[in-house]
Amino acid sequence: MLLRGKSHKFGDDISTDHIAPGRLFHLRSNLPELAKHVLEDADPEFAKKVQPNDFVVGGKNFGLGSSREHAPTIIKLSGVSAVLAKSFARIFFRNAINVGLPVLICDTDKINAGDELEIDLSMGTIKNLTTGTKLTFSPLPDAMIRILNDGGLVAHIEKHGDFKLN
Amino acid sequence: MGKTLVEKIIAEHAGKEVSAGEIVIANVTVALVQDGTGPLAIKQLQKLNLEKVAHPERTVLFLDHSAPASRKELANDHMALRAFAAKTGAQLSDVGNGICHTVINEDYVNPGDLLIGADSHTCTGGALCAFSTGMGSTDVAIGMALGKTWLRVPETYKVNVTGKFPVGVYPKDLILHLIGMIGADGATYKSLEFGGPAIDNMAMEGRFTLANMAVEAGAKAGLIASDKITKAYLKKMGRVNKWREIKPDFDAEYERIIDIDVSTLKPIISYPHTVDNMRDIDQSVKDHIKVNQAFLGTCTNSRLSDWAIFSTIIKGKKLAPGVRLIAVPGSKKIEAELLKYGYLQAVMAFGGLILPPGCGPCVGVHGGILGDGENVIATQNRNFQGRMGNPAGNIYLASPATVAASAIAGYIADPREYTRVLRPLGTVPDPSKLPKKEVAKKAVRKRAPKTIRRRVVKKAAKARAFRPAKKVKAAKKRASRKR
Repeated sequence: MLLRGKSHKFGDDISTDHIAPGRLFHLRSNLPELAKHVLEDADPEFAKKVQPNDFVVGGKNFGLGSSREHAPTIIKLSGVSAVLAKSFARIFFRNAINVGLPVLICDTDKINAGDELEIDLSMGTIKNLTTGTKLTFSPLPDAMIRILNDGGLVAHIEKHGDFKLN
Repeated sequence: MGKTLVEKIIAEHAGKEVSAGEIVIANVTVALVQDGTGPLAIKQLQKLNLEKVAHPERTVLFLDHSAPASRKELANDHMALRAFAAKTGAQLSDVGNGICHTVINEDYVNPGDLLIGADSHTCTGGALCAFSTGMGSTDVAIGMALGKTWLRVPETYKVNVTGKFPVGVYPKDLILHLIGMIGADGATYKSLEFGGPAIDNMAMEGRFTLANMAVEAGAKAGLIASDKITKAYLKKMGRVNKWREIKPDFDAEYERIIDIDVSTLKPIISYPHTVDNMRDIDQSVKDHIKVNQAFLGTCTNSRLSDWAIFSTIIKGKKLAPGVRLIAVPGSKKIEAELLKYGYLQAVMAFGGLILPPGCGPCVGVHGGILGDGENVIATQNRNFQGRMGNPAGNIYLASPATVAASAIAGYIADPREYTRVLRPLGTVPDPSKLPKKEVAKKAVRKRAPKTIRRRVVKKAAKARAFRPAKKVKAAKKRASRKR
């Protein structure tokens, strides 16, 4: 699958409080409304700037903190097609796959804000169309690929009635 | 090759021997969601037409993050959770009963269990030698409904802790030190296994503090072997029959071994806005950091011994002008103990404000949101930007002792100034063991005329029951000198 869009660059240690802060706790059952505030505490303008198919590009330990699945969900709802980072916090990583949001581990120092990227999910390559450089990303474990390909964990269970990870 | 704690526990639930790196399907013993993650979990089950739970007696829904509800939207979320509990038979821990990670370990988790929770600090259960880990709403929803989940067996970092805690230094300082040392992503995906003489001698409450913050180093779990201390805790909680010894094999394979000698530690502060932004107290005192709010509470530090240490330091002191102190017991059970031993009264007399058992201001929903540029010194586990409801606020993390010293001083202060009243770790005064009768008699000899002795004996016994042991000794000494 080929994804193409613009990069929105963030720093290291973007926490789930940056993405979906506790002060908006009451919007958790109203995800479209919560999505209007996505990443607000890291970049107040992000929700307005982001276009469908864009990418969120972080540094190390992206998504650290809370287990709130609302964080990757509203990133996806805002139209973002994948999150790229040097490393991800464990729970965020798993949640992202569960909600069907691709999360790719790569050297994001080679990507600047606003760069146009083309990502081939099956080949594991990222083409930076702005700078002309090419990157690769670490493959996901098979179990996660299965869940992602089914469209997330709910769709996976709906399809198989159980975990089917082998 | 021997097995680590995490390999041993997961193997029991996967029904086969497992090693780090393997992906397995494992049975879930206990599952929890809270009011911030539960509503989404329920919606996912509704989507799947799977509104049931595999083990209603071991599936618990907690109303603790916004409890009592701070907005109508959250009150409605609470209604949805209550309705789900009624429909499926799952257990409901309603408003005011306490924090999920405190209550679940008081009432449900046993050594060798596999606990999944839709809250990152679910790892607290590792202190009871249960594999406990935080996941998202959908993962836990499926785990609740099917009674199983998928896991990758993590590699283990052994944290070997030796030495004696200096007076004024606590398990909270140890875990902040460890996170500062290895970084907020220093153990991402790994299991932390705490062991060594300092852990063998550590009371259960300190172990909960350590396991609770494993996730702040990125870890999937933070485990401690099940031993006599675990047994004593389960006995106190009324289920000693659930105890069994679990320890790692002597030849278990560890990816990394981290040695820490606690006798060299000082009180530690985590500066804003990451937990690994660590300084020792000497530096913080030099930095002269003004405190606007002090907070004693959360799943990290809101247990009896935390309050005991706090009360010992603040006794006879007054809250610094311009500081507000918010104190929140971890659970209703703890609250009852605090009331019995006089710790709630001590904090109130000091000038503190007591909120009902729950997460309190930690999550930034209500009950103590910071103003722009304000500083809080807090016993919680996280200091991310915006965590306490305002991205322009600054959160400093510390032990209950450091928070107490700071609340008195009005700036971040060294709890070791109070070593005269503090005792080495593990010997926190237990008010229930004070020699009540003797104290009462002495008090009478000193103060009461014979005619009203009876009434005074009764009163004095009540009042003195809450005195820390050291004070009692001092009183005895004074009395004997007079004689």
